[in-house]
Amino acid sequence: MEMMLLLFVLVLSIFLGFELINKVPSTLHTPLMSGANAISGITLVGAILSSGGDSSSITIALGTIAVFLASLNVVGGYLVTNRMLRMFKKK
Amino acid sequence: MILEAFQNNTFINLSYILASVLFIFGLKMLSSPDTAQRGNFVSSLGMLLAVVVTLLSKEIVSFQFILIGLIGGGAVGAIAAVRIKMTSMPELVALLNGFGGASSLLVASAELFALTASNLVAMIAIGIATIIGGVTFSGSLIAFGKLSEIMPGKPYLFVGQKILTGLIILLLLLLLFQFSSGIFFAEILFGFDWINEQYALILLIALSLLLGILLAIPIGGADMPVIIALLNSYSGLAACAAGFVIGNNVLIVAGSLVGASGLILTNIMCKAMNRSLLNVLFGGFGATDSSSPSGEGKVQGDVKPINIADSYLILEAASSVLIVPGYGMAVSQAQHSVRELGELLQDNGCEVKYAIHPVAGRMPGHMNVLLAEANVSYDVLVEPQDVNPIMDTIDVCIVIGANDVVNPDAREDESSPIYGMPVIEVDRAKTVFVLKRSMASGFAGIENSLFFKQNTRMLFGDAKESVSGLVSEFKS
Repeated sequence: MEMMLLLFVLVLSIFLGFELINKVPSTLHTPLMSGANAISGITLVGAILSSGGDSSSITIALGTIAVFLASLNVVGGYLVTNRMLRMFKKK
Repeated sequence: MILEAFQNNTFINLSYILASVLFIFGLKMLSSPDTAQRGNFVSSLGMLLAVVVTLLSKEIVSFQFILIGLIGGGAVGAIAAVRIKMTSMPELVALLNGFGGASSLLVASAELFALTASNLVAMIAIGIATIIGGVTFSGSLIAFGKLSEIMPGKPYLFVGQKILTGLIILLLLLLLFQFSSGIFFAEILFGFDWINEQYALILLIALSLLLGILLAIPIGGADMPVIIALLNSYSGLAACAAGFVIGNNVLIVAGSLVGASGLILTNIMCKAMNRSLLNVLFGGFGATDSSSPSGEGKVQGDVKPINIADSYLILEAASSVLIVPGYGMAVSQAQHSVRELGELLQDNGCEVKYAIHPVAGRMPGHMNVLLAEANVSYDVLVEPQDVNPIMDTIDVCIVIGANDVVNPDAREDESSPIYGMPVIEVDRAKTVFVLKRSMASGFAGIENSLFFKQNTRMLFGDAKESVSGLVSEFKS
């Protein structure tokens, strides 16, 4: 049953995603992409649970590398998006 | 007592819902120029919230490794984000996509080793997250290599490539079935009783990495915007699959939002080239050089070169100018000089606009970022469909390092490989200046009949030097 709920959420979010951003001015294509990429770093939540959990050393090791890569993705993604958006100005 | 209240599962799950809402608002705001910067901030708050409540979770018993990863990764990411040059943005985006994919792959693998009882749903999710994550990672690394010119940017094709790709996809599906069901054919057929899920996972990872490489190497420079947008989508889908692995809704919501936005961008890019996604992925566009039948033996007339002094005289008299930038502007870093030229023209009483084709450059929006960096106001940047109807009224078009996106063959020559692609119809303007290093054909290796038109003047040389030359003419 839990599986069904997750699938339900998946399908609704995909539709939501398409509705949410179906028209993007081309000015924003790059920041939208890098900003969205930062969001995909949400896998960090899973990585933290693996890295700090009470489990085998291999899970902890894999989890820690995952935490490293996901934080790089999140921090780098948000900062670089902000840096770009700061430049988009109307004069 | 207070800590226990925060460790409560209900509290954690409510926070995840709030984080999802922040992502949704953030992404919505990112798609409008006025709210984009706030949108990015809102979405980063969502991320912070999700991470903090996860750290509070009871399941976490030790923080030392988490902190090492968080601080190390965060520091590297911050340094990269601050240091990167705007012209290198495509490489950074490709790399970050790849790391997101790799992270999802690792989360899935880590979960396999943590699994106590075999669970069909979890195994399928682990398998899928591994495949998407692996393809995203290796595909992004190849894209990074091509964009940073560590690897040759030309499409790389070999005999039987499509068959090999198909075979690997088939193998992956078979393996995924065996992996999740625990029924291993090699054990049944050959009695290999040492085979287990962990070996299968390693094989799954290896094959996915190979598939990612095979998907990315046939993509040429001009098609890079499509593959970058697609990998962006994959990085979201990988996070989504990881969400199924750990049974967490916030990963599923955030991941599918990113997956959807990446697909929308991919679709915009494909439409801008009038090609299907399958054609981009497997067409190996530009692998054949300019020996296309259409270019041969066609009387194209003479190329008319022009020098800076004469171009200045024409520009000085123009009352409307359209600047069309392409990848060549990025290569020669001409964006600042271009902005200066645009301002001088405006001071001279001329109306200046910039026409940007969606696939100009190496990633979606590449030219917009460069011009924004050079301080060009975003409301003078226009899209092809806005400027084509008024093209006849424009005095001078200045094409800076763009080629295929201004090729009139897309409208005139049915045998041209780019026939039907929506282009910026610069040849309809009164005069066209083409700033170009030499007469070599574009990245897609296609002849451009624009160079031979009556109203076209070629300004040969490095784009930045030519534009700076015009700037100093205006100043003197």
